[in-house]
Amino acid sequence: MAETKTKPKGDKTKGDGLREHGISPELALDLMRDMLLYRRFEEKAEEGYAIGKIGGFCHLHIGQEAAAAGTIKPLREDDYVMSAYREHTQALAKGVAPKRVMAELYGRTDGSSGGKGGSMHIFDKGVRFMGGHGIVGGQIPLATGVGWKIRYREEDSVIVVFLGDAAVNQGAFHESLNLAAIWELPVIYVVENNDYGMGTAFSRVSRTEMVTKSSGHGVPAHSVDGQDVLATYAFFRDLTADVRGGAGPKFVDLQTYRFRGHSMSDPVSGTYRSVEEVEKAKRDQDPIALLRDVLLDGGHLDEDGLTEMDAEARRTASEAAEFAEASPVPGPDALYANVWAEVNEHGRLFFDGRDR
Amino acid sequence: MAVITYREALNQALREEMQRDPDVFLMGEEVAEYDGAYKVSKGLLEEFGEGRVVDTPISELGFAGLGVGAAMAGLRPVIEFMTFNFAFLSLDQVINAAVKMYYMSEGQFPVPIVFRGPTGAALQLSAQHSQACETYYSHAPGCKVVTPGTPADAKGLLKAAIRDDDPVAFMEGELLYNLKGEVPEDDDFVIPLGVADLKREGSDVSIITHGKMIHVALQAAGKLEKDGIEADVLDLRTIRPLDMDAILDTVAKTNRVVYLEEGWPYAGTGAQIVSMIQAEAFDELDAPVLRVTQADVPMPYAKNLEALAKPSANHVIEAVNKVLYR
Repeated sequence: MAETKTKPKGDKTKGDGLREHGISPELALDLMRDMLLYRRFEEKAEEGYAIGKIGGFCHLHIGQEAAAAGTIKPLREDDYVMSAYREHTQALAKGVAPKRVMAELYGRTDGSSGGKGGSMHIFDKGVRFMGGHGIVGGQIPLATGVGWKIRYREEDSVIVVFLGDAAVNQGAFHESLNLAAIWELPVIYVVENNDYGMGTAFSRVSRTEMVTKSSGHGVPAHSVDGQDVLATYAFFRDLTADVRGGAGPKFVDLQTYRFRGHSMSDPVSGTYRSVEEVEKAKRDQDPIALLRDVLLDGGHLDEDGLTEMDAEARRTASEAAEFAEASPVPGPDALYANVWAEVNEHGRLFFDGRDR
Repeated sequence: MAVITYREALNQALREEMQRDPDVFLMGEEVAEYDGAYKVSKGLLEEFGEGRVVDTPISELGFAGLGVGAAMAGLRPVIEFMTFNFAFLSLDQVINAAVKMYYMSEGQFPVPIVFRGPTGAALQLSAQHSQACETYYSHAPGCKVVTPGTPADAKGLLKAAIRDDDPVAFMEGELLYNLKGEVPEDDDFVIPLGVADLKREGSDVSIITHGKMIHVALQAAGKLEKDGIEADVLDLRTIRPLDMDAILDTVAKTNRVVYLEEGWPYAGTGAQIVSMIQAEAFDELDAPVLRVTQADVPMPYAKNLEALAKPSANHVIEAVNKVLYR
């Protein structure tokens, strides 16, 4: 079983990451732009939640931006992405418009699901973003099915599916990897391993290391520093090409860290991890700061350029929030719309006895 | 009309729909090389190949969820459960994924999938293999539920289910697979979902039922006839969509109703039907509507106890006598 390992996360000893990974300065600047947008978008969502514009559960991706940018940027338009419920930025990365994601968080008609999905259920068929799923591990068989369709139709696209580290203890994970392995499906299973399933450290719920979790199914595993966006990008660029070429399913332990609480209702550190641990990670493992240093040190970006780039990201996030605010709430007719894809000519489908 | 078995009728429906639409495939345990645990898929592997008739590991959650994902991406899977008793393992993928996907995505992702297999009790299979599972599925908006009781209904309704754009739980019966009956030879014989069928006409009492219980109802009606009582036997055929018009018609005709179902009473299909009858046809009723169900116990193994637990023609006759105040 091939197991590769890049440097540990946040390793500042690397040289010019661009040349090392075969990444052009333009592409690196794009990755920077993307990650800044994701950070500012999530901060705007945090703000929207604080002032009551966003309700329910809301899981932010702050700290894990490279796990959206570095993984999805190498994909083609006809590749698929599916995720769990910490998926806002992965939706953005696949091409869902920021204003449509924000409008969905606000529960408005212009949201990606017309306001009926919310934070955990972002979908956009047009860009092949397949959700947004709220049951831990529940999306893994679905993504395997998308892989089945790709093989069935003899296409050469791939699907990348994200799951949290806690999901590998679900049966859905193991059943899916087994099916993908026996049928050699083009599915890349990516664990965003941020060390905690909600407030439970992975080491408390598993006797074995993450990178071993797929080996019993014959699915090759790789560990990648998910805070190093250049390493992540380069890894996924190569891996995606392999899977597209028929290499079968892959399992990636993408090591990352969450800078916020599990959801908006949780404190940042809480009882399960120390403030010092979080502060250290923010200081040493911030994917945006790490790339910033590479770009500044390499002379690919200066402070003014960075400021302008950040201002642009903030502007896009603000415009998304303004758009969401201006979008109407769904009308009452929306309540009964799209329950059924096919309303049969005969028989009753609704049983609440209400007027519709 | 040709006389064929329920099993052959299902086989014809699968074959015809797979010939008609290359996106239809059959997946499940033992469906390919073994020809199906109940031989429903006999010969399909040979005709369509292993790409479209697919043996799975014993992994209900996994392959049911795979089917849902494939349907989201545009295919039309038919997922066979060896029995719906085993499908509890996959219920999350049906209830949380398949039936909510269209709504959660505001219509972007229809899930045209059929989950099919036998439900309910056969003979002495005991508690874990003898459950009628319809209500778990009909409870959830977004899920259609079909329960054919004859070979013709099996064929016509399976073809409709495969063509439907929503998830369909298609529930067969182990004891029905050998049942013979007339099936139209028309090669595009489709019975629309949501249309009940009056399996017998009478004006004294209505026995409303679904699935293989229609045979118990007909048996009871035959005995009642000797007593001078003529029963309407209405087969709902599909639980959702539900042919409420046909229910109201038979209630208006006989004014007395017994609902018969194979499963447990609490929150059963009959509970829903009775609730609707009293709400929408209260003035038509000359007696309370009674229900006949399985005894409210897990299914026992011992032959005599199993027979006591199952709803029988005698239970139906007792209930009919009560609603007729005899």
